[in-house]
Amino acid sequence: MTYLVLDQLTKRFANWTAVDRVSLTVEKGELISLLGPSGCGKTTTLQMIAGFLDADGGRVTLDGQDLLAKKPNERGLGIVFQSYALFPHMTAAENVAFGLEMRRINRADRDRMVADALRLVGLDQYGDRHPRRMSGGQQQRVALARALVIKPSLLLLDEPLSNLDAKMREEMQIELRRIQRTVGTTMILVTHDQSEAMALSDRVVVMNKGRIQQVATPQDAYDRPANAFVANFLGRTNLLPGMVAGGPAGTTITVADSVWPVAEPVAPGPGALAVRPEKIGFVDAGGLRGTVQARVFQGTQWLFEIETAAGRLMVIRQHDGSPLPAEQERVMVGWRPQDMAVMPADPEAAGASREAA
Amino acid sequence: MSMAASSETDAPVPATAAAPPPPRRHRWPLVPYLLSAPGLALFAVLLLVPLTMTFLLSLNSFSFYGGIQDVWQWGNYADIIADDYFHEVFLRTFRIAALVTVLCAVFGAPEAYILRRMKSPWRGLCLLVVLGPLLISVVSRTLGWALLFGSTGLVNQGLMALGIIATPIEFMYTETGVVIALTHVLVPFMVLSVWASLQRLDPQVENAALSLGAGPLTVMRRVVLPQIIPGILSGSIIVFALAASAFATPAIIGGRRLKVAATLAYDEFLNTLNWPLGATVAVLLLVANVVIIVGCNRLVERRYKQVFE
Amino acid sequence: MNRNGPIALIFHVLFLGFLLAPILIVCAVAFTPEGYLSLPTNGLSLRWFRAIGDNPEFIRAFKDSLLLGAVSSTLAILVAVPAALAIARHQFFGREAIQALFLSPLMVPHIVLGIAFLRFFTMIGLGGTFAGLVLSHVIIILPFALRLILAASTGMDRAVENAAASLGASSWTCFRRVTLPLILPGVASGWVLAFINSFDEVTMTVFIASPETTTLPVRLFLYIQDNIDPLVAAVSALLIFLTVGAMLVLDRVYGLERLLVGKGRD
Repeated sequence: MTYLVLDQLTKRFANWTAVDRVSLTVEKGELISLLGPSGCGKTTTLQMIAGFLDADGGRVTLDGQDLLAKKPNERGLGIVFQSYALFPHMTAAENVAFGLEMRRINRADRDRMVADALRLVGLDQYGDRHPRRMSGGQQQRVALARALVIKPSLLLLDEPLSNLDAKMREEMQIELRRIQRTVGTTMILVTHDQSEAMALSDRVVVMNKGRIQQVATPQDAYDRPANAFVANFLGRTNLLPGMVAGGPAGTTITVADSVWPVAEPVAPGPGALAVRPEKIGFVDAGGLRGTVQARVFQGTQWLFEIETAAGRLMVIRQHDGSPLPAEQERVMVGWRPQDMAVMPADPEAAGASREAA
Repeated sequence: MSMAASSETDAPVPATAAAPPPPRRHRWPLVPYLLSAPGLALFAVLLLVPLTMTFLLSLNSFSFYGGIQDVWQWGNYADIIADDYFHEVFLRTFRIAALVTVLCAVFGAPEAYILRRMKSPWRGLCLLVVLGPLLISVVSRTLGWALLFGSTGLVNQGLMALGIIATPIEFMYTETGVVIALTHVLVPFMVLSVWASLQRLDPQVENAALSLGAGPLTVMRRVVLPQIIPGILSGSIIVFALAASAFATPAIIGGRRLKVAATLAYDEFLNTLNWPLGATVAVLLLVANVVIIVGCNRLVERRYKQVFE
Repeated sequence: MNRNGPIALIFHVLFLGFLLAPILIVCAVAFTPEGYLSLPTNGLSLRWFRAIGDNPEFIRAFKDSLLLGAVSSTLAILVAVPAALAIARHQFFGREAIQALFLSPLMVPHIVLGIAFLRFFTMIGLGGTFAGLVLSHVIIILPFALRLILAASTGMDRAVENAAASLGASSWTCFRRVTLPLILPGVASGWVLAFINSFDEVTMTVFIASPETTTLPVRLFLYIQDNIDPLVAAVSALLIFLTVGAMLVLDRVYGLERLLVGKGRD
């Protein structure tokens, strides 16, 4: 069931377009991530949904209602800010109670709801602490409880985990997922961290330069990137130039001296082949010839740099005891056709991928 | 689940064709004007009007028997430009201000640097001693100098005891006295200004220079000084402007004989009652002040923009 | 590394001596037992402090100064807070010009303001009145209050206000419950700095004050111009003690350096 709809949402600043005709539909109960490098327009999109920025064009409807016609304090959305934006002069409980006060909920109900919210985020013992006396992770939980307690129709999270250390971030990812399952609130998460987006979301929206590049489940976006930008932004990838040609046996792409069958409908002409480093293996025949330039031991895996006629390739092999080539050895690399993605070699996407790298 | 995302990169939509209706605006554009309205009204009535009236007053003429004449002419300006007495007063005013500025820079800048290198409890305490006088009434501080120079003669006694001078120097009612007292009144501003620019200076940079073989003096000249010069310059602008328009200190130390621009204007207003002439002196002082502050600030900003973005 | 050498320390001691000398001598002379200006070499006496009590015009001027400082600082704050929020929170046409206007009294010599107000107040019938003093003081102390409140408002995380709005707070509720409590330290120190500047102002006030309504610095200044005696030293010493006391409290509460960056006037 369609819940939130962004229709051609646009925001222009003095000399650039921060958000360019972004359209998106979100299902009820879904957790969707806006993912992209800084300046891609993801935060601006969020701010327009929240009402802190006025849109220059487009529409946002939530459950059939025009959201842009309402003031920020009438939209009833929950927001978790990057800086948490807790009220420093109020205790954790007072912070959580603020939104309920604004809704004129009576004292007894309010206290109960605050206690429930704090319990949900695992802070039942910390109600009378001031934010300054709490760790970053605890502040994050207060911010979450404060946003959730008003039972928002939509929860917006703006880089919620970026201020936490790596261990804390992993813990909070699991916590966030658990809470989302418990309360079932529709959430939009803005992040530049692709692993965070993939770990948490039902779907990711990859953005660049104010435009949506791809909307897909995390796994689809990773395995079948729509273009070079997405391929590069979601994890490490090898992007090889090639020539797409149609033939009696189906479409193929020729990369240096090797030929690969193409499943997707790609127009003949110059193209690009994307394949993940961990999907590449050393083969005896039917692959791409090259020389091992360097190999680096990384604990659980080996990282190889292979020089081929189509350019340098990065290859990751598990450290499982199988024999691996040495430096300067001549090798042949290959991959299964279903592990690669083929896309047209458009110059704009190539430029975008360089930026992201 | 729908995959209803559109706006793909490869399918650019013509901007005009599908232009959606502009959404309603919430931010009321008048809010900031309403918020600043009380201040604007106050400043319009109580600052712009009186200053304009002062300028108009400076165009009027004055006679001892007829009082202020409601005529419009540049006679007062012509008088000041022509008269040697006024030249002397303005020249003295700027000479004093320039000397005070130099003294403040020469003593205030090193003091700020020394303060920064002090250890924690001492630093706070000394900063309090240096900045504290700013909060004490200028009249009280100048009274102190009047006591030191005149009545007790403590300064002369001390200098003679140290063998620096043989006969007492006259400080009261002299430019020397005014310069010393004004330096005392204004040097905290220089310390503050240099202090602010020192805050941005990374102490490791000095160590880096030392490690590269520079002596302490070279470090000072080549590394520290270039970085605090903007602070010294902006401090100098403040000190010069305040010294040139200072009133209480020159009035007390300089007495009735040693006039500067501010005390001259005061006299024309409250003793001679030649208001138009007093207003002319005031207008000239204001114009000089604004030109110096705005002009020098522009210059400093342009020159040092690259260094401190 | 980075320690002061002996020459630097000698310079430093001399510098502090230079700064403290006139202040200390005022305090010392105030305790003289003699009937004329002298250092208290033959024991200390409080006779000149007692003598202040016999000069009601000093006491009245002191009370007037306190009242003037309190009223004008409060008015300045009431004007400066909304103006600071407008400048810090909004982008609008004329924003820079409005800010420059509010800070412009810093650039105008006080002697010029004194002359301007004397002329203006005489014409509108406010000459020599307390109301005139208050209005003129509001103009000169507003920049000090505005700067500190501006610093507090721009230093505040805007997201906190957005958070309040997203939770349903109206603009007024947001200001009362969130913004004001958070900028209160800046507002309070702005008030204090405004008060100090009003209390110490002499150059402009000397033009506007009348014998009936005058401030302590003006009274002191006019007295000193005629003659200097231990009585003015005692009054000054008392002022200095009060200021030092206030300063110590201020330093504890807010930090003197933060308060003073940019304070100014002879």
